[in-house]
Amino acid sequence: MKRHNRTMIAAATAMLCLVSLVGAQDGPALPDGLPAGDGASETESGGASGPSLPSGLPGGEDDDASAGTSPPTGLDDDGDDATAPDEADDRTWLDMVNDAGMSGFWEVRGGMRTQNDPYQNDVSLAETRLQIDWREVFDGLTVQLTGDLVYDQADHHMSNVNLNTGSGWFDLREAWVAFSPLAFLDVKAGRQVLTWGTGNYVFLNDIFPKDWLSYFLGRDLEYLKAPSDALRLSVFTDIVNAEFVYMPHVLPSRGITGRRLSYYSPQLGRPAGQDAVIDPERPDECFDDAVYAMRLYRRIGSYELAAYGSWGVWQTPEGFDPARGVAFYPRLNTYGASVRGPLLAGIANMEVAWYDSRDDRHGTNPFVRNSEMRILVGYEQDLPEIADDLTVGVQYYVEIMADYDSYRDALLPGQPQADPARHWVTFNVTKQLINQNLTLDLFAYYSPSSDDAYFRPSVSYKIDDHWTATLGGNVFVGSHNHTFFGQFERNSNVYASLRFGF
Amino acid sequence: MKYTRTILTTLLLTLTFVTAAEQTSEQLTVDEIIQTANFTAYYQGADGRARVHMKIVDPQGRTREREMTILRWDAPNPDSDETIPRKDQDHTGEQKFYVYFHKPADVAKMTYLVWKHIGKDDDRWLYLPGVDLVKRIAATDKRSSFVGSNFYYEDISGRQPALDNHELIETNKNFYVLKSKPKDPEAVEFSYYKTWVHTTTALVIQQEYYDKNGQAYRKYESKKVEQVDGYWTTVASRMTDLQTGRYTDLTYPKVEYNVGIDEDIFTERYLRRPPTQYIDE
Repeated sequence: MKRHNRTMIAAATAMLCLVSLVGAQDGPALPDGLPAGDGASETESGGASGPSLPSGLPGGEDDDASAGTSPPTGLDDDGDDATAPDEADDRTWLDMVNDAGMSGFWEVRGGMRTQNDPYQNDVSLAETRLQIDWREVFDGLTVQLTGDLVYDQADHHMSNVNLNTGSGWFDLREAWVAFSPLAFLDVKAGRQVLTWGTGNYVFLNDIFPKDWLSYFLGRDLEYLKAPSDALRLSVFTDIVNAEFVYMPHVLPSRGITGRRLSYYSPQLGRPAGQDAVIDPERPDECFDDAVYAMRLYRRIGSYELAAYGSWGVWQTPEGFDPARGVAFYPRLNTYGASVRGPLLAGIANMEVAWYDSRDDRHGTNPFVRNSEMRILVGYEQDLPEIADDLTVGVQYYVEIMADYDSYRDALLPGQPQADPARHWVTFNVTKQLINQNLTLDLFAYYSPSSDDAYFRPSVSYKIDDHWTATLGGNVFVGSHNHTFFGQFERNSNVYASLRFGF
Repeated sequence: MKYTRTILTTLLLTLTFVTAAEQTSEQLTVDEIIQTANFTAYYQGADGRARVHMKIVDPQGRTREREMTILRWDAPNPDSDETIPRKDQDHTGEQKFYVYFHKPADVAKMTYLVWKHIGKDDDRWLYLPGVDLVKRIAATDKRSSFVGSNFYYEDISGRQPALDNHELIETNKNFYVLKSKPKDPEAVEFSYYKTWVHTTTALVIQQEYYDKNGQAYRKYESKKVEQVDGYWTTVASRMTDLQTGRYTDLTYPKVEYNVGIDEDIFTERYLRRPPTQYIDE
């Protein structure tokens, strides 16, 4: 009996110990605001009586009661200091600028040519830029204004502001209003940047203006897209969504004119630059030269399908009038389609476009670019197996000239002959380091048919939430001085920038 | 003899307590705990809206901040009785998230859309307003940093419980302590993680991730909870890299449930045109 008793005592003690142990082993401290699971047993450990079970699983009144007994309480009483970012105290003038709907950046950016170009200065870029961006929402109406104040020591035309070409000390990038007059309709009117299509720095159905000059000089990537003056109507239905863009006057791409970057002049039969600045005849008669573009798109599962059309002019001066000796923008219609969606572990895209060069439908005019078919296939994926924050992508892109025989027959003696198809492969790799604050990036174009290439390496570091430093290059190489990238060889440059964003 | 009886009584009481404790833990199976915790963390209400403030602090004390508005929409239970309002369903299915970035300057006004799928990769889109570009983003990097913070994409949108084997290793008055091992160890960087689920609210109060040597290297802590619209909600939390000491604090200055956000918001239309009715600048 005694022996029995002792065993029981031992067992009981063990169990009690276990129970109190379980009680003590609470794990992490409860966060602020949480009702303790069981307030009673907290104080009366061991021989607990009353509601000592882990009760109140579904929550309820006793939660509040027990919350009252445990220290970290206060569902709505104690201060929100832990929750609210401590902004009330240290509001800076920048916060006030932001509160006024303004944001933007200030930056300095300088670039040097890596080769001697007899037609250009060694300094390719020496600019400081202040972008101010103002957005306000008035009861369903959104207004956006974005303008850049620029001073570039390497540009001798700073005083001539031209909002259409982006030259001069002021560049109006956005000035639009947006509203939804009907549940299924969005309207955006004014100066705006327009983008569609699936290419990565390769454009097929995106016939909206680009700024190749900025791209090649090493400005921030957002400058690759130049603004349009447009009315954009977006219609949303269950079957298909549609976008209609009307541009009353043509704002062509901001291209290579020879003023800042040299190019190959077929007329001169040699590279040219500031000695032969192209001043193409701009189709500037409002409404006569309007551009229309549309996109129909819908999603099926995870796949995005789109069809495109545009009726306007080439974005680059693809025509030359030998009689007057001026370059011009020939008429162009485009029709195309694209699909984009997941494939394997990445995202694949395919896009096609037919470029109907209306001023040279039969390809017999050697001074106007022929019609062509454009095809793009791309794939991009992350490689977490190799490293975090590592993304690689490849694209194959081809421009197949229509009526090649006519083109060849019509060529003038001495004119360099283009290939029937221009092939490009692009490769890009991006790696982020130091908590995504350091970005190493390389985007490369290589054309086996033209035997030329363009490399865009860059290193960018976010010093803090405002400051970003970037170092990069634009390297053109080619076997011939008349191919697309080969002609820019002597424009190869390195650049550096420091930006303060707000 | 009296002594013996006392002991017997004590023993009996103890037994009752232990059994009762066991019973309550038995009432909720591991799967139920996981399901409830997953629901509480990511699915409360039919939809949600939160202003989120993120503060990343490195070991030197330097900080980086991000601020965003996150909108959430939950797919209704396809098998559910139609009489049950969506907000009362305890379905943990597909979801859609819309993120609008307020700060810092280099990402301000960017929008980000995630369609969270069950059993296949999510769909993700990022909109860059400066170039009017809708970029499709592969979703294979679920366990990589979300906007440079210590939180992973998966921490923000929720790791699917079915990806791990869960085991209840302890139950005490405050917590269910679970140990979860990945079904596919190659796909993740942890060998297991422990979760402390609060017994009464099913809120995840702490999580620790362990490497192959059994060393904890990553820790989630709920710092503050509140009852918002009747839903227990974590309104301040921290994720710490235990190896470097770098951490990220997430605070939710404003949380709302059952806002009535239409599913249409989670489309390309609103990526390009942020739904101003739900986003305070």
